[in-house]
Amino acid sequence: MDISTELSGLKLDNPIIPASGTFGFGEEFAKLYDINILGSFSFKGTTREARFGNPTPRIAECREGMINSVGLANPGIDVVISDELPKLKKVFKKPVIANISGFSIDEYKYCCERIDKEEQVGIIEVNISCPNVHAGGMAFGTNPDSAAEVTEAVKSVTSKPVFMKLSPNVTDIKEIAIACESAGADGISLINTLLGMRIDIKRGRPVIANKMGGFSGPAIFPVALRMVYQVYEAVNIPIIGMGGVSTAEDVVEMMMAGASAVQIGAANLTDPYICPKIIERLPELCKELKIERLSDVIGRAHG
Amino acid sequence: MENIIKKQLDQELTINHNIEIADGVYEMSLTGDTSLVTAPGQFINIKLPGFYLRRPISICEYDMKDHNGLVIIYKVVGQGTDLMSGMQAGDKLWCLMGLGNGFDVETTGDHVLLVGGGVGTPPMYGLAKELLMKQKKVTVVLGFASKKDAFYIEKFEELGKNMNGSDIEVRVATVDGSLGTKGFVTDCLEGLDTVTDYCACGPIPMLKALYGYYDGKITGQLSFEERMGCGFGACVGCSIATKSGNKKVCKDGPVFLSSDIEM
Repeated sequence: MDISTELSGLKLDNPIIPASGTFGFGEEFAKLYDINILGSFSFKGTTREARFGNPTPRIAECREGMINSVGLANPGIDVVISDELPKLKKVFKKPVIANISGFSIDEYKYCCERIDKEEQVGIIEVNISCPNVHAGGMAFGTNPDSAAEVTEAVKSVTSKPVFMKLSPNVTDIKEIAIACESAGADGISLINTLLGMRIDIKRGRPVIANKMGGFSGPAIFPVALRMVYQVYEAVNIPIIGMGGVSTAEDVVEMMMAGASAVQIGAANLTDPYICPKIIERLPELCKELKIERLSDVIGRAHG
Repeated sequence: MENIIKKQLDQELTINHNIEIADGVYEMSLTGDTSLVTAPGQFINIKLPGFYLRRPISICEYDMKDHNGLVIIYKVVGQGTDLMSGMQAGDKLWCLMGLGNGFDVETTGDHVLLVGGGVGTPPMYGLAKELLMKQKKVTVVLGFASKKDAFYIEKFEELGKNMNGSDIEVRVATVDGSLGTKGFVTDCLEGLDTVTDYCACGPIPMLKALYGYYDGKITGQLSFEERMGCGFGACVGCSIATKSGNKKVCKDGPVFLSSDIEM
């Protein structure tokens, strides 16, 4: 049974990739299981400077999901390169996906230029859900022009494949994806979290200090699947599908919608062993579905 | 699958008993592999049917000899803990085991002040037991809102009787004065001249008051609470700023040195 797949020339043993922000730099999970079993993983969103993130509380539970407003807490690109990547090298022998965030075009460029020199990095995944501090705080990913601007800027400083990670909080996801493709993106990752909120009815106040946050978990799977399906029809570059994926069945469904690989996010937090469980189950499921090569199902639901 | 697992945090425990010991406060004892629990003040993260995130609950005491059981005490504060309160002996719960650092018993002094506020009390029990085993003098100060909320006072006192020659004193404060001293835990600290250090768990205002009371003259270990996503250091949801950088309450804590915290 062949469950391997490919992203911009990078061959993965299987399509399972823990999503950024749910797997740190691999350190906690490497203590629990051999993380080399993974296809790859996308490390914690990294910015130019170290960040504490948003004030706490920054986690809220939802039915079949959760809201987080962690706010890109990370040690900063210099420490990631000097400390985290060398530590990771000892426990993870495969190319990793570097998730980069920024609050300005310059910051994206700076971080990508730095990470471009790191041999361990196979793909750069650019999170454009962050607010642009130079444009009234509107997220780069909510406008096709600014999404294209980030793509172009990043592509000019790296020769590694660049995947643009799209925000679902837009009117038309297709036009953002097309803008990224036209600006030179090698692939698209989607979806980031949906903007959500909870209120504590005993206190009559938002649960999260920042009031709103990113909604993830199984509840958002149908929205994510729909967007992957739409973007697959709109662009010709590979897609990493994510959003509520929690089972091997979800993985196959996401691939049939058009994803070449799949990221697992919130599910890692409720079951730290979910990725190995899915990887173990995939060949079995393929057999049940009479799929000989998993990559054959990419986009099968179309046409 | 088995060959790639290095450490299995997720264990299925069986409920032995689940009884109400104060108003809305339950004591639940569980049996199963608890070998990953190594220090008082650690917690478990419980998967509940129908709820997405697990419930982090501190460990009250654990089987130090056979590693085959533990006791938790929880208060019904929402839908998850409400569901727990209806569970019966024989029901099973999947729990991520032995999370957090716990209190460091080795570095404590000869006369340790233990301060527990409300459901911050449980970890103090296991800690008191270990300190007494190490022949230390222990003073326990417990704070509750009211008499109906109070629990484990006799259990702490019994610890002294059960352990030959051990030295434990228990003081209680209630906000409404219905039991013990009227006021807060810091109203019960008079005359404790030989105290060397403290260990505390409770609401932030209580930790701050204790910290302020001793004003650096005596330091200790403080256990913090924060809303958590995962409980094992993956999501960085429960960060706390310390003098030595940003830390994760679930993984680097929940216990921090008072000298490392910006109060």
